[in-house]
Amino acid sequence: MLLAIFTDIHANRQAFAACLAAARMRGAERIVCLGDYVGYGADPEWVVETLMDLVERGAMAVRGNHDSAVSTHSETMNAEAQVAIEWTRGRLSAVQRRFLADLPLVRQEDDRLYVHSEASQPARWHYIQGAAEAARSLVATDVHVTFCGHIHRPALYSMSSTAKMTSFVPTSGVPVQLLGGRRWLAVLGSVGQPRDGNPAASFAMLDTSSNEITYCRVPYDVETAADRIRKNGLPPWLADRLLVGR
Amino acid sequence: MAKFSIDPGAVLDGFTIGECVHRGGMATLWTVTHPGITMPMLMKSPRVSEGEDPAAIVSFEMEQMILPRLAGPHVPTCFGTGDFARQAYVVLERIPGKTLYERLNDLPIPYEEARIIGGKIATALADLHRQNVIHHDIKPSSIMFRASGEAVLIDFGLSHHDQLPDLLQEEFRLPYGTAPYMAPERLLDVRDDPRSDLFSLGVLLYFFTTGERPFGESETLRGMRRRLWRDPHPPRKLRPDYPPWLQEIVLRCLEIEPVWRHPTASQLAFELAHPEQVKLTGRSERLTRDPLGTVLRRRFNRGLSQPKAKSDVAAQLASGPIVAVALDIVEGAEALNEALRVTAEQLLATLPNARLACVNILKLGRITIDRTLDEQGNNKHIDRLVALRHWASPLRLDESRLTVHVLEAVDPASAILEFADVNHVDHVVIGARQNSFVRTLLGSVSAKVAAEASCTVTVVRPPRLAAASAQQDGYEVDAAEA
Repeated sequence: MLLAIFTDIHANRQAFAACLAAARMRGAERIVCLGDYVGYGADPEWVVETLMDLVERGAMAVRGNHDSAVSTHSETMNAEAQVAIEWTRGRLSAVQRRFLADLPLVRQEDDRLYVHSEASQPARWHYIQGAAEAARSLVATDVHVTFCGHIHRPALYSMSSTAKMTSFVPTSGVPVQLLGGRRWLAVLGSVGQPRDGNPAASFAMLDTSSNEITYCRVPYDVETAADRIRKNGLPPWLADRLLVGR
Repeated sequence: MAKFSIDPGAVLDGFTIGECVHRGGMATLWTVTHPGITMPMLMKSPRVSEGEDPAAIVSFEMEQMILPRLAGPHVPTCFGTGDFARQAYVVLERIPGKTLYERLNDLPIPYEEARIIGGKIATALADLHRQNVIHHDIKPSSIMFRASGEAVLIDFGLSHHDQLPDLLQEEFRLPYGTAPYMAPERLLDVRDDPRSDLFSLGVLLYFFTTGERPFGESETLRGMRRRLWRDPHPPRKLRPDYPPWLQEIVLRCLEIEPVWRHPTASQLAFELAHPEQVKLTGRSERLTRDPLGTVLRRRFNRGLSQPKAKSDVAAQLASGPIVAVALDIVEGAEALNEALRVTAEQLLATLPNARLACVNILKLGRITIDRTLDEQGNNKHIDRLVALRHWASPLRLDESRLTVHVLEAVDPASAILEFADVNHVDHVVIGARQNSFVRTLLGSVSAKVAAEASCTVTVVRPPRLAAASAQQDGYEVDAAEA
């Protein structure tokens, strides 16, 4: 089966729509979303509505820290993120807020684990900065592949049977076979706010029969997405950073 | 899933196991057959029982990832792979014959034979590097030859694929590989420079032509590290009759700093194919190693032993293309040749590692018997070489970046296409004939080259003088790539 996996959509309608279309074109049969549907971007209603529709039709979704922050005020966030979350809260309906709050932190299917930040303490929202954090997440589970996001920069880690780590920055469009002899942590880049210097939206496809993951980049209408952020009075840096992918 | 045991007669994923043909330290090889595949095949499975070196597993995983991605005549075709979950294996095309290791009893081999073998290996490396893979274990036992002559590289267990995770990156404390052939930068944990393979090929050429290994056989890290500062004895010291062009090539391959080696395997293959045009430097004449002062400076110059920033294999290859300019040296071609020079100048200005091959076709008649001498008794071939050099002189290229070639052929387009193919040319620059009468009569050489070349082709025209010529010219291929 061909899975399309999205994370860190951050209310960016243009990016999410472009990624969904690209995934459909690549023959995606199932959709998995790894959280942070809202925050930063200007179209939380459309994104959550789209997500609810996808879930109703069989997509799988977990909750991210921004989704939690919509209903729980205790989250620690930087000032801009905080402003965006408060603005978002006013835009979403009670049903939509409820939907986000009820999403699980972790989902497992066959030999795959889906989580927003990492697997060792999913509710603490730790970032996978390098091989050490990746190793901590990998030893916390016994699945073959863990998928996560949160850091907005794509990476692929593996742990050998002798607990040696490898790290790798994937090349977009080149499939990598997730070999059975080792365990893998696939950190996906962000759909709605890439931070690896490439403004194109990021997602991944997984072929469960050949166990091949392909990281994909999709150019989208960044100007409109940035414009919507400015027009809605959100912090201008949230618009500017989309243009440079930082 | 139940573990599978490989035994004669057993069937695994459609492959029927035949006989065991090799049991090595790292892997076992079996013949296999498959309905629908006629090519002879081997199944390679790693030795992974308890107590085995974990290197065997990781090397096998690298092969499992890389082999299915490779294509072309210089690698064995891969027909299938199996995972450790059941039974790890790769099924490969069986290349008949022995590896180059068999020749070790014949060393030293004649220079001409070494040149041909070296050229074949460099060609195979160029093809591998173009597929984003660095072999990292070039040595006689990883090289075979097809009946048709091409070198085939085998054993990719230590290889690096620029677009796949490098599983060896953190697996071993020491650099892993074959000590006598290992490039110095490998001792500094650099695994992403394709020129490491050129160093290993240099070791092989040195060994095959002198009978001595340039850095000995030391397997200790200390012994291996010496090559970071100590250069080998020049081959001429061991064999006084050593050809200067060959010493130039071999010592350039063995440069400590990758940047001083040939920029690409294609360029090394080009030099081996045209020994008479190798630019001889001080390297070619040397009889002694670097003086102690130089060695000590290298030894204690810390800048040299710092690992370099990550390189991008594709970007590095792209910075050192072979550009061929096809020139017509006839009366009345001045404007076109000037336009060609401007285009060549623009290309070379952005590519400091590019090399330029100037090609001219000496057209032979289909029926008449051609004479080497013209009516005045001048040698046409030499005249044209002189003319080509004259054309190139305003470019002020270092001689190591420039070669000139006069090809004798009945069909100029085919000769240019063949030259581009044989010499791994990345970019052909060719002028479009302006005289439409000649073009109608003979067909357009540039159009044929642009249509049939396997590399990029730029068709150049002199600047138009009048609008009227635009219509006459409308049918020529537009200045564009093939």
